[in-house]
Amino acid sequence: MNKPVALEMKKVSKYFGSLAANRDVDLTVYRGEILAILGENGCGKTTLMNMIAGIYYPDHGTISVDGQEVIIKSPKDAFDHGIGMIHQHFKLVDLFTAAENIVLGVQGEDRYNIKEVNRRVKEISEKYGFHIDPKKKIYEMSVSEKQTVEIIKVLYRGADILILDEPSAVLTPQETDRLFEVLRRMREDGKSILIITHKLHEVLSISDRVAVLRKGEHIATVETATTSAAELTEMMVGKKVELNIDRPEPKNVCDRLEIKGLNMTDADGIKVLDDITFTARAGEILGIAGIAGSGQRELLEAIAGLKELDSGTVTFNRPKKNLPVSFYHKTFDEVTALAAEGKFHYEDGTPVDFTGMSHSQIKELVNSEKVLFNEDDIINLRDKTPIQIRELGVRLSFVPEDRLGMGLVGNMDIVDNMMLRSYRKGPSLFVDRKKPKDLAQKIVHDLEVATPNTHTPVRRLSGGNVQKVLVGREIAASPTVLMAAYPVRGLDINSSYTIYRLLTEQKEKGVSVIFVGEDLDVLVELCDRIMVICAGRITGILDGKNATKEEIGLLMTKTYTNNDTSEQAKEGEADEN
Amino acid sequence: MKTNEKRVHEPLFHVVKRAQIPLWQSMSIRVGAILIAFLFSTLLASLLLGRSPIQFLTTFFGGAVGTPRKVWNLAKDAAKLLCISLAVTPAFRMKFWNIGAEGQTLIGALAAVAVVFYLGGKVSNGVLLLLMFIAAVIVGAIWGGIPAIFKAKWQTNETLFTLMMNYVAIGLVEYFLKIWVTSGSGSLGEMKFGHLPTIGHKYFLLVACVLVIAILLYIYLNYTKQGYEISVVGESENTARYVGINVGKVIIRTMIISGALCGIAGFLIVGALDHSITAETVGGLGFTAIMASWLAKFNPLTMIGSSLFIIFLQNGASEISDMFRIDSSFPNMVVGIVLFFLIGCEFFINYKLKFRESAKKGEKA
Repeated sequence: MNKPVALEMKKVSKYFGSLAANRDVDLTVYRGEILAILGENGCGKTTLMNMIAGIYYPDHGTISVDGQEVIIKSPKDAFDHGIGMIHQHFKLVDLFTAAENIVLGVQGEDRYNIKEVNRRVKEISEKYGFHIDPKKKIYEMSVSEKQTVEIIKVLYRGADILILDEPSAVLTPQETDRLFEVLRRMREDGKSILIITHKLHEVLSISDRVAVLRKGEHIATVETATTSAAELTEMMVGKKVELNIDRPEPKNVCDRLEIKGLNMTDADGIKVLDDITFTARAGEILGIAGIAGSGQRELLEAIAGLKELDSGTVTFNRPKKNLPVSFYHKTFDEVTALAAEGKFHYEDGTPVDFTGMSHSQIKELVNSEKVLFNEDDIINLRDKTPIQIRELGVRLSFVPEDRLGMGLVGNMDIVDNMMLRSYRKGPSLFVDRKKPKDLAQKIVHDLEVATPNTHTPVRRLSGGNVQKVLVGREIAASPTVLMAAYPVRGLDINSSYTIYRLLTEQKEKGVSVIFVGEDLDVLVELCDRIMVICAGRITGILDGKNATKEEIGLLMTKTYTNNDTSEQAKEGEADEN
Repeated sequence: MKTNEKRVHEPLFHVVKRAQIPLWQSMSIRVGAILIAFLFSTLLASLLLGRSPIQFLTTFFGGAVGTPRKVWNLAKDAAKLLCISLAVTPAFRMKFWNIGAEGQTLIGALAAVAVVFYLGGKVSNGVLLLLMFIAAVIVGAIWGGIPAIFKAKWQTNETLFTLMMNYVAIGLVEYFLKIWVTSGSGSLGEMKFGHLPTIGHKYFLLVACVLVIAILLYIYLNYTKQGYEISVVGESENTARYVGINVGKVIIRTMIISGALCGIAGFLIVGALDHSITAETVGGLGFTAIMASWLAKFNPLTMIGSSLFIIFLQNGASEISDMFRIDSSFPNMVVGIVLFFLIGCEFFINYKLKFRESAKKGEKA
């Protein structure tokens, strides 16, 4: 390659405590190229880029720009050397316009001349093919527009080395394509682009070269044209990985959770759930796709009894038909009352009548399991707290997206986290740590959680291990409905496939699994049905076997006009049947 | 690689987060901090007062633990402080920043004094003590419970609320003193009834009671379901809601316990020590208690040590101001200096500095 070297890192290391986030990394970036930084979560990609951008300072090693060794102590130093980073979490002032955000922090006289700024922003946009209105306020913008503002902000300051941290994580497939088009134009303009990602197909489609990191070390930099997805994965993980997800045919499918007409508004009066209606079935995985923040979280939390609904019903079908009546969930009085209403029958089909029987006769009859239910139990879950739901005998497990902030307590050890769901059991004033300890040991053993022991605070575990602890606990409650929000976010490939396997196992046990995902490739491979939501509305429910990523991507951004609402509703019904 | 002159100087050092460090290492950093703090205070004293450091130190230690009487005084003051520190701990574990222990203790003491004032001599001493105890606990619990109810129902700021409740309590004490004391002195004087019995040394019962409370609270916080709920709510209210804990209920219940313990402290101060009340009865211990609780990382058993340590410093330093005839604010200064170093050293437990030289060495290796 004859292009001039833009940036060079030599033997760069960064330690967090005893943990090496990066060790002796050598990296060369040329002018006019797109270099993908590929690696699993926690392999040190972001740390490495943060050292170039001046967020962290390297413990050892040197960085040089255009052959000159430089010291980058702050983001300002980085800008002085023409380096700009676009972070995963945008750093914009909501109430300002695009142009105002772009000049924020820029030194120089013309920054108060907003007309001149607008003109230059327009100029940059046209040059690289962005679509942006400089006068639009940030809070009115979509995620992809905000990202555009961040990129222009960096270009406006004259950066010619751009670092993008997982830019496609928040975009739909269509928006990603547009972004890549822009990046290619920048490359032609002689800019160097570093793009952090763990999505293989993106690496293959956009980059010129790929630098692979594993456990903080630089494994190799290869030409994209001469490599393959399989080779890259092997470099990333360190061994061959089967990237197939098993999707067994659903068996004994029956309706389990019926959601009808859910509406919810948030504290600001904005509608977050808009007439959501669907059915989750036992024995299948229902995927939920959508751009982050489209109402997925609110939907699951509403079902779990954590959020208040404006209207709608949530009903749970407990399979009871032809199953014996017991005193486990019903008191004696409830049983006799139901019998009087004719809700029971004997094995041969004749209705049960308790009239004339004594208390002990009835008890004996019921306990002999000869009295059977006529119908399934229909249980209303709306406006019930999590405890009430459990008291109704509904085993609803929920793996929330905020693992350490909601699903687990970071500062508590694995044992104490195990008892979160169960500590209340029994009349004793004291907590029983024996059973949780056994459960913790079982989960650590079965799911291969990497931890010194069961008394390690969960916040010290890696993301994958935290998730195994959480999913393990939720599955240990032998749920009938299992809801999981972004269960593989931040997990390495092996842990991700462990989680997929666990969800599929639950499905085969007859659990109704609801899976909120972001990786469309996984959704179409794992789920039996895929429900797409956009801005709190269902835009389609697709059959997992036939759905394509493009189709889902379109539905994820579909906005309604009044006319096609009814049409869409019909379509949804057709897909359901 | 070019070896031209560097354009910017490499920084002298940068801050690096430490991994988990062993207990002996963190403890030796703390002990080191205390030693430096003492050295610093000694220097300051010799510069300001012109006394030799040896003289300073012997006076200091002599004042704190020089004679058996001083040791008992130390134990008494530490027990008072420990009792209030224990009281604020359940709330702090829940991250409910209760700075109203001063008022909760004072109002408890007021309730106990009121019982003695109105019933003293009319019922037997045992019944009187029981009534004092009950009154102090209930009133303390109410004083702690009010801010908690407001926090649970309307998300009011508990720090401001509990602080303001202190002034209300002080005002009430002054009000009742005006009613009770008809003579011109304005002070209530020592009351004849409602004295706790003495077993052995006159402070023994007080110290024993507070130690028992420490152990009971340790068990409550670490081994009961309610203690577990407090920890969950303190760590993450979202998690608590997720598992179905009624957060508001836990907040109110815990603050009632906190307030009731303050009430017990007030009862002990009246029944075992003062047998009287003024607006200064608690004398800022309600705030010192926050420090003692925090230094012990909210562990009731470690708190025995932190309370002793703080009182040791205060008593030693006040001996210095007595002996050397200097202003009584000197003890506060010494305590402040030691705590400054002790809290400041936490930085070196969590982080370390990496110097330029060490970076160079690493490069060669």
